[in-house]
Amino acid sequence: MADIAMTGPRGPKPKKRFSRTNIFLYGTLIMISMYYLLPLYVMIVTSLKGMPEIRLGNVFGPPLEITYEPWVKAWSEACTGVNCDGLSRGFWNSVNILIPSVVLSIAIASVNGYALSNWKFKGSEVFFTILILGAFIPYQTMIYPIVIMLREIGLMGDLGGLVLVHSVFGMPILTLLFRNYFTSVPEELFKAARVDGAGFWRIYFQIMLPMALPIFVVAVILQVTGIWNDFLFGVIYTKPATYPMTVQLNNIVNSVQGVKEYNVNMAATLLTGLVPLVIYFLSGKLFVRGIAAGAVKG
Amino acid sequence: MSLELGKSAYSVEIKQLDLAFGAVKVLQGLDLNINEGEFLVLLGSSGCGKSTLLNCIAGLLEITDGQIWIKGQNVTWAEPSERGIGMVFQSYALYPQMTVKGNLSFGLKNAKLPKDEIEKRVARAAEILQIEPLLNRKPGALSGGQRQRVAIGRALVRDVDVFLFDEPLSNLDAKLRVDLRVELKRLHNQLQNTMIYVTHDQVEAMTLADRIAVMKGGAIMQLGTPDEIYNKPRNLYVADFIGSPSMNFLEGHFEDGRFTVDDMVMPMTGYDFAAPQTANRPAVIGIRPEHVVTGELVRNTPLRYKVDVDLVEPMGSDTLVYAKLGRHIFRIRMDGQAVVQAGETIEIGVDPSRASLFDKATEDRL
Repeated sequence: MADIAMTGPRGPKPKKRFSRTNIFLYGTLIMISMYYLLPLYVMIVTSLKGMPEIRLGNVFGPPLEITYEPWVKAWSEACTGVNCDGLSRGFWNSVNILIPSVVLSIAIASVNGYALSNWKFKGSEVFFTILILGAFIPYQTMIYPIVIMLREIGLMGDLGGLVLVHSVFGMPILTLLFRNYFTSVPEELFKAARVDGAGFWRIYFQIMLPMALPIFVVAVILQVTGIWNDFLFGVIYTKPATYPMTVQLNNIVNSVQGVKEYNVNMAATLLTGLVPLVIYFLSGKLFVRGIAAGAVKG
Repeated sequence: MSLELGKSAYSVEIKQLDLAFGAVKVLQGLDLNINEGEFLVLLGSSGCGKSTLLNCIAGLLEITDGQIWIKGQNVTWAEPSERGIGMVFQSYALYPQMTVKGNLSFGLKNAKLPKDEIEKRVARAAEILQIEPLLNRKPGALSGGQRQRVAIGRALVRDVDVFLFDEPLSNLDAKLRVDLRVELKRLHNQLQNTMIYVTHDQVEAMTLADRIAVMKGGAIMQLGTPDEIYNKPRNLYVADFIGSPSMNFLEGHFEDGRFTVDDMVMPMTGYDFAAPQTANRPAVIGIRPEHVVTGELVRNTPLRYKVDVDLVEPMGSDTLVYAKLGRHIFRIRMDGQAVVQAGETIEIGVDPSRASLFDKATEDRL
């Protein structure tokens, strides 16, 4: 019989649960996760404590008595300068900056990328190189020239000015992203569309756009996190009434008057970080797929 | 058939076509006339400029100099969609987000055709190509053969004069390739359109073409019917390129109507010389493996040699024998039933009228 002949190892090799590899692998993963999650944990528990409890100094302990007071205060009562309406003003300012900046920059960059990969013109490579060079120049060197430019066109201190700045600064990296994605689309598809009589815009909207969804998700995430978290441009190119949320957060946290309300500061910081986090959780899967789709040819 | 004034007898005319990418000249002074309803195959190894030429005809590449005429119209500056061509690509190039129907009608919608006309043409193409059950599927849900059929359909619905095929069967597996090749030939018989077909596969070229243009280095080496290309290759390159296994070449000398190599003398009786007076010169003789006869038939051939069998490759339908003829290895194609073994000595016969003789210096046919 067959089972008499078949002695010794058979079938899949049994795996050891606590092998050295596994211990090392999971140990490293757990340590790195702790490194990132511990501060977050401290922030959350602190924001749910009252000030007397914080003064006891038990940083890692869970709140003895949960209070949402600091969150309410951070959102609608905390004072920055003369305004005492909390972060809510900054939140809406940020939204007003974010949406037009993201839409405008992605709309332009995607057309740029499409044109640079499919409609090559004389000097298009040079143009592209110059554009990419922009990604390597430190922002700080351009702050003052932009102040002058915005002043000259009358947009200094205006939300529109900040939208313009964000759109321009997003251009190099987004164009690179879209160009590389569209270059990976088979050239024959583009040729077929041309034989079928489609022009620049028709090919863009009907052929390329529907195929580029993953890369649009990547671009949206990059832009939303980048623009939402921006502090430097926000503080320079706007005025107190139009400060974005990050600038307001800074003003709340760094205010030197009165008692330091750690719980309010923590709540305010968490509130500010919430938007990119929500975007990430909503589109995380698409994001990973988009990164991969952009990297692999075919 | 009477010719209208100003109307050309040719379907496609390429006049003095130059194409350069920067300093690299890909096509140079190329002339080619393609007849109405002809199936022309551009054949060559990769990098010979065959696909480039097709893209020029389609208008997808801007040419450096020269003219392209289609149906008596100078289309040199015309957009691809204005040239009256349909094109089928190697990678199918179907629009992935559209259904088969969407793929077929995309070009017609761009041309702003009325809706019922679009419906009619899509239905007709689907019927010809037998893809009616697939009309509402997306390309991702189709097999390779079905995809290529849809791609052909996309050219078909445009109701064009000239079909351009850029290696349409290269992505298919061997069996499907043969099936679709037959279908393509049938389609050409049915539609009677001009078809220009790029391939590196000589079997496709031989089976499909009315005429073949063998290309090398951006120039046409020979333009002729498959029979001419196979039996009377104009130069060494074409002779070597066409035929599998490839032709046997022996270098020697041509003198007074005889070809000599080492101590063998081959009188070229019955050979159809390209020029009546052929001077003495170093030459190369080419003999196809399938034109070497063995066994009983040897008695009927004017030239007979004894060869030592070196290696035998049975291929089922026939047997390829490598034999030593003097210091040369000679390929002989024998019947699949032939019983030969390495080490044996066999007698072979060669008919000089079926051989090809080339000038060694110019590599042209004598």
